Amino acid sequence: MMDGVALTKQINPAREEASPAGLVLRGITIAIGEAPLLSRLDLDIPPGDVVTVMGPSGSGKSTLLAYVAGFLDKAFTARGEVLLDGAPITALPAQQRRLGILFQDDLLFPHLSVGANLAFGLDAAVTGRRARRARVEEALDQAGLGGFYDRDPATLSGGQRARAALMRTLLASPRALLLDEPFSKLDRPLRKDIREFVFSHARALGLPTLLVTHDHEDADAAGGSVLTLKA
Amino acid sequence: MLRLAPILTLAILLGPIGAGLLWTLLPAFGYLPVLGTRDFSLDPWRELAAFAGFRSALWLTITVGFGATVISLVLAIALCATSVGTRAFETLRAAIPPLLATPHVAIAIGFAFLVAPSGLMVRAFSPWATGWERPPSIATVNDALGLSLIAGLVLKETVYLILMIIAASTQVAMRPMLQAASALGYGPARGFVAVIMPQIYRQIRLPIYAVLAFSLANVEVALILGPGNPPPLAVVAARWFAGYDLGMYYPASAAATLQFFIVVAGIGLWRLMEIPVGMAHRLWVARGKRRGVAEPFWGGAALLGWSSGVLALAALVAVAAWSFAHRWRYPDFLPESWSLRVWEQHAGSVTALAGVTALIAFAATLVAVVLALACLENEQRRGLSVGQGALWALYLPLLVPQIGFLFGAQMLLVQFSLDATLFAVIWAHLLFVMPYVFLSLADPFRALDPRYARSAAALGASAVRIFFTVKLPMLARPLAIACAIGFSVSIALYLPTLFAGAGRIATLTTEAVTLASGGDRRVIGVYAFIQALLPLGVYAIALALPALIYRNRKGLA
Repeated sequence: MMDGVALTKQINPAREEASPAGLVLRGITIAIGEAPLLSRLDLDIPPGDVVTVMGPSGSGKSTLLAYVAGFLDKAFTARGEVLLDGAPITALPAQQRRLGILFQDDLLFPHLSVGANLAFGLDAAVTGRRARRARVEEALDQAGLGGFYDRDPATLSGGQRARAALMRTLLASPRALLLDEPFSKLDRPLRKDIREFVFSHARALGLPTLLVTHDHEDADAAGGSVLTLKA
Repeated sequence: MLRLAPILTLAILLGPIGAGLLWTLLPAFGYLPVLGTRDFSLDPWRELAAFAGFRSALWLTITVGFGATVISLVLAIALCATSVGTRAFETLRAAIPPLLATPHVAIAIGFAFLVAPSGLMVRAFSPWATGWERPPSIATVNDALGLSLIAGLVLKETVYLILMIIAASTQVAMRPMLQAASALGYGPARGFVAVIMPQIYRQIRLPIYAVLAFSLANVEVALILGPGNPPPLAVVAARWFAGYDLGMYYPASAAATLQFFIVVAGIGLWRLMEIPVGMAHRLWVARGKRRGVAEPFWGGAALLGWSSGVLALAALVAVAAWSFAHRWRYPDFLPESWSLRVWEQHAGSVTALAGVTALIAFAATLVAVVLALACLENEQRRGLSVGQGALWALYLPLLVPQIGFLFGAQMLLVQFSLDATLFAVIWAHLLFVMPYVFLSLADPFRALDPRYARSAAALGASAVRIFFTVKLPMLARPLAIACAIGFSVSIALYLPTLFAGAGRIATLTTEAVTLASGGDRRVIGVYAFIQALLPLGVYAIALALPALIYRNRKGLA
């Protein structure tokens, strides 16, 4: 199916015997100034599982995601190890972590066509203009967006944009998925579809997925374990 | 490399200003080794004080400086206060870019065409209403009190202050607060002045200081509209610097140094006056009066503001009309006949000057944009937050009077044999282009949703690739506007061209100013018209180009 599958399986199984495959957080402590936000948080997300972190705004769930992704604002101080299939990635810059991220908004680049957006994400390992174009077209088909390559992203519906955003993320062959309330801005009926679309892809690719949300329905649909943070 | 961007930028901006101030200060005390004088003395100051028009020049400088600033600020506040929430506000916003882009020299020349004794305003009512068969012998331009100079400055500065007020007011919840004030029974203008102004004053303080500094020390508008004998202090200094008598460099340096301290003291005085004005404002607000003179006062001021806008546009029309006029005798309101003769005669010279002007503007803008982007990208990558100090440093070229440091900077250029080179002129222009380019780029750059860059990084894009393929294309519109602003700032510059070019590099602006002191109105019209047209053309391109490139991208509309 997707290149992502092959890539996920290539990943070296646990070099450190102690930590299992998937996305593992060990002793994450985050503070802003003197005020502690998270203290010694541990989390194991096996491949193909969706683990949900819940909590009210200000509980630090988005901050946790930013730390895992490598985007933590300089105002925070943070400690703790993030391991991906046994290898620590905390020291890596964001662009080398190979974590796919979806935010509340689809964040398709408004100056690029839908296809160019996906091509921006597509792994550089896929070379050759034709091959890359074909790979993107294939992904568009998969998302029910066949023939949308040259479309302006602004002309797509909310659901189409959400699916295009997921495809852009998956084409980069991520090794794990981070979801920052990606369904909260969608209409209720659409939300269910997109949720199903995202989770099924994550499971099929065996991606460990960390979902941050304040919506219980998200957590129920994810089906994995749930960690609740307090404000 | 990127880490050095802020330091490099500051060095490029502040280096010449600091050194220039010092090398103007030293000759003011007799020290000028180039001319062989190394002994410190107070003679230059005695010579300056002995200048017959010294006291009048000083008084004129101060009245024009404060007069133009206070009037511009009142008109700008009045126009915003009376039009927010109405359709007039859209008109106001639409009028700003073209008026802002037009060089003040072109507006001053056109304004003189309008209000001169033989100008269009007198012609409109003569001789049928006034009985003037000949132009009246009243000094309506170059009047001794500097009233026409104040008016000429106000035409341009009001527009700039309106822009600053509008930009600052986007930072506060203006609409709901005005609605709350009106629900409590306050009229729109009273509500704006009572509620919004105190919240945004901090943000428009530096722009006001820049306007004050410009009004106190401007040379080119004063040459066109100000009195000649005595002129304001900055013009006195500029004249002496430009003269053939090198001995006058000493009193000229003293005058320039004094001008610097007048601006410093002027800004200090304004800052001090903010305290009692603020107290009076609080008392006024606390009285809770709903009726009184506020609405009629601001309404009247707004009317004056609108008329000044109309006057500025009329000035441009007058410039254009003169350039195409053939026979246009007093008291005809319209030319008897039109002709392209003057355009044809000056085509070669105008084209050459426009080329040099555009080249300097293009180079200065390009460097400014690259430096500004490098500073902003560096700031973003390293998660720096920029403080008040950096803002002051950026504003410094707009606060320090040009005449106060340009001579000193020229002395340095001479030492490195760089004077009268395009390089020197471009650098001099960069000092003034940089602040505007940076300030207009900074807000959109910082406001760009950081999650776009994060998404791109998560997809594996390097910082360099994100900068060039995500941030820059998304900022195409503000980037084009920043370029147009930089371009128009450069085109309008007079003294920096004169000093760094040692009088040997001419632009449309220096030529227009030179001609304005008594040439043929048709010829002046040609140069002033092209000088106004060039930045307007660049603005039009800046608006059209991104729209054209992204015509199929609604998300960037």
